[in-house]
Amino acid sequence: MADEEWKPKILGMVCNWCSYAGADLAGGGRIQYPPDIRIVRVMCTGRLDQLFVLKAFADGADGVLISGCHFGDCHYLEGNYKAAKRMFMVKRLMKSIGLDDRRFRMTFVSASEGAKWGKVVTDVVKTVKELGPSPITEIRK
Amino acid sequence: MAEKKKAPAKKTEKKQDMKKEAPVKQEVKKQAPAPAAKAAAPGATTKQEARIGVFICHCGTNIAGSMDIPAVQDYAKTLPNVAYVDNYKYMCSMPGQSVINKAVKEQKLTGVVVAACSPRLHEPTFRTATKEAGLNPFRFEMANIREQNSWVHMHDREGSTAKAKDAIRIAVAKAALLQDLFPKSVPVEKAAMVVGAGVAGMQAALDLASAGIKTYLIESDMSIGGRMSQLDKTFPTLDCSQCILTPKMVDVGRSQNIELMTWSEVDSVEGYIGNFDVTIRKKARGVMTPAQAEAKGIVGGGCNGCGDCENVCPVIKPNEFEVGMKPRKAIYINHPQVVPLIYTIDFKACVKCGLCVTACGPEKRAIDLEAKDEFVKVKVGTAILATGYDIFPIEKKEEWGYKRHENVITSLEFERLICASGPTGGHLVRPSDGETPKRVAFVLCAGSRDNTGVGKPYCSRFCCMYSLKHAHQIIEKIPGCIPYIFYMDIRSFGKAYEEFYYRIQDEGAKFIRGRVANILEDPATKNLHVFADDTLLDRPVDMEVDMVVLAAAIEPKPDTNRTRKLFGVSCSQDGWLLEAHPKLNPCGTTTAGVFLAGVCQGPKDIPDTVAQAEGAASAASIPIHKGEVELEPYFATCIEEKCAGCGMCVNLCPYSALALIEKDGKKVMQVTEAKCKGCGTCGGFCPGGAIWMNHFATPQVVAQIDAFLLGGEQ
Repeated sequence: MADEEWKPKILGMVCNWCSYAGADLAGGGRIQYPPDIRIVRVMCTGRLDQLFVLKAFADGADGVLISGCHFGDCHYLEGNYKAAKRMFMVKRLMKSIGLDDRRFRMTFVSASEGAKWGKVVTDVVKTVKELGPSPITEIRK
Repeated sequence: MAEKKKAPAKKTEKKQDMKKEAPVKQEVKKQAPAPAAKAAAPGATTKQEARIGVFICHCGTNIAGSMDIPAVQDYAKTLPNVAYVDNYKYMCSMPGQSVINKAVKEQKLTGVVVAACSPRLHEPTFRTATKEAGLNPFRFEMANIREQNSWVHMHDREGSTAKAKDAIRIAVAKAALLQDLFPKSVPVEKAAMVVGAGVAGMQAALDLASAGIKTYLIESDMSIGGRMSQLDKTFPTLDCSQCILTPKMVDVGRSQNIELMTWSEVDSVEGYIGNFDVTIRKKARGVMTPAQAEAKGIVGGGCNGCGDCENVCPVIKPNEFEVGMKPRKAIYINHPQVVPLIYTIDFKACVKCGLCVTACGPEKRAIDLEAKDEFVKVKVGTAILATGYDIFPIEKKEEWGYKRHENVITSLEFERLICASGPTGGHLVRPSDGETPKRVAFVLCAGSRDNTGVGKPYCSRFCCMYSLKHAHQIIEKIPGCIPYIFYMDIRSFGKAYEEFYYRIQDEGAKFIRGRVANILEDPATKNLHVFADDTLLDRPVDMEVDMVVLAAAIEPKPDTNRTRKLFGVSCSQDGWLLEAHPKLNPCGTTTAGVFLAGVCQGPKDIPDTVAQAEGAASAASIPIHKGEVELEPYFATCIEEKCAGCGMCVNLCPYSALALIEKDGKKVMQVTEAKCKGCGTCGGFCPGGAIWMNHFATPQVVAQIDAFLLGGEQ
């Protein structure tokens, strides 16, 4: 169902200190990756309510990426641990409602990992493109 | 969030623009009055219609070269709440900022969106511009269309134009909901801390002390001085390292404003810029200073550095300061010039025979074999990390045979051997037989610029220059001795470095351009065969030499990782501590009030280290002299009518900033703003949606999500 022209809608929610900085570094390094992601910045992934992710899927997102600091590196000590716990819950919930949980991913990209950010986004876009448009969008049509 | 579930599901894509307008507005009305209880502003502002100005930056061709700016501008004009759109070549410049200023005043804007570079770069700039135009600076939102768009989608004009439109739409949605916020000023403790007392730490501490700031200088070793005190001469001036360093060490010891804590480590750090509460572990030293003795009622007692204890100690260990080439006792000092001149007991080696206690005598009574670690708490306004480096364990590069072949040594060992105060009194000798070498090979980039995964990918920066210096030293000290330098490139980048390189060439050093492939030992003579490919003459080399010196790579100290985590500082992939900005803020870190100096931030030579230390000291003294700092007002607030008093958030908070209190007969959460750092961990969890995170409030984030997914062109 995914034809050549189809552009997935992927929401990225990233922390200010690690992944957003890592994404900026990717920019500085001119590391090229697909433009199918839109970023919402928060101070810490700990800020992210699991409902934000579900809201995004309800709104028709084809994929959601959460990215924070590596464990032990959180600017606020342990926000990323708490985010990770919540996001495991989201994954379970997605499976239980029949939404492929590969559409949702949590990664850890530090402020010095510009190249990794490029790889992560490329991979997320590839995965979501393989999965095709979100079934929620189909239903809403 | 629950309200989101209902309507949008049925809407068709056509109506999105209006659609996204509606739910956003509803939410505002629902959510905003609550925090309004805290500050009058939010309630009032939501009633007023949002008028957002969008300012698109070309950044020369950085942005404009990769996307269709007029198309983006036309699109921005169609967005709800957008009252004004403009673009300029360099928005951050003076004329660019005045475009914003003029528009805010003339168009009566309530919010500003700048689509340009990263907010991590220019958010402060544009907040100031917003403030100068008469708006609250937190009415500003940035759309990142450079670092996360034009620079990473350089060859996808269509894709990056679409992404920029979305980014602006997302930013406008948030900007429409932003509230006036007021940063909180907190007083700054008039004291600073420097971690690590090598040349960087000492210089930083001396500068801070000279500026009238009480400075705690923490050193994990027994003496200050660091790596530089192990060196013999310094390039390119051939200054004696000790001669230029020891006076500084004495100054540090003497300074009234420096409280020196050697044999100590940072144990824990709490608080924030202006108010760091640091616990320092003073490791059990087993020997009391005169001051400590006096405090215990031993008048005229304490260690005076006489060394009587060392003479009687029966335990012999290798001296780490001499890179293991000289023995020391279990009670020892690194070298005679240590500051402070206080002996230290190596409790791992000590057999507690008590001979030293007897030797110390009844007057001084300096030795306490039962000493325990002590913990000291200090409060400081700012901190500088200057934790230095270690030598990469070059035995991992097995082909060069370090630790297998006796006459293969590292350059740090060479420094000690050639140093007059070193184990051989300054005579360079072969470890195997004590003979003076006549042919010495230097292997540069030993473990540096190594992409095999064994060594380090980076250039250690000072190995070329010290190896040239070593070559000079052996030519000078051992007549007829020839240094052979195996190099990849000679990187003589500093002031007077290139001239020094030419000088060493003229003095007779031989340069062979090629990486050494293998070093084999002649078992009879212990001479070494160095195999390399001379890439200039294009022929293989097999050279017999008496000694090989490996210019080993450097790496961060193993405990740097622990220290940086205590201070919340990131590191780059190779482990060096990460500066706030590689060019514009090389001394700062992402943790406000914590600065970096010296090699812990990346390999650098002594002049650069000292320069960075002075920069860090200057940066660290600014908040202290200012007397107060503004904290970003991103703290959590409780929407009391929604709070069920469950208290789950209280346990989640990593800073103990939240508490449950009784109010009007029910339990509600209360935030101690000074402790809250604004991470939002509580706000992300609260099941009742009762926590309002300033500037990252749930309606604001949801508006961003909706703007992206429901408000776009399809």
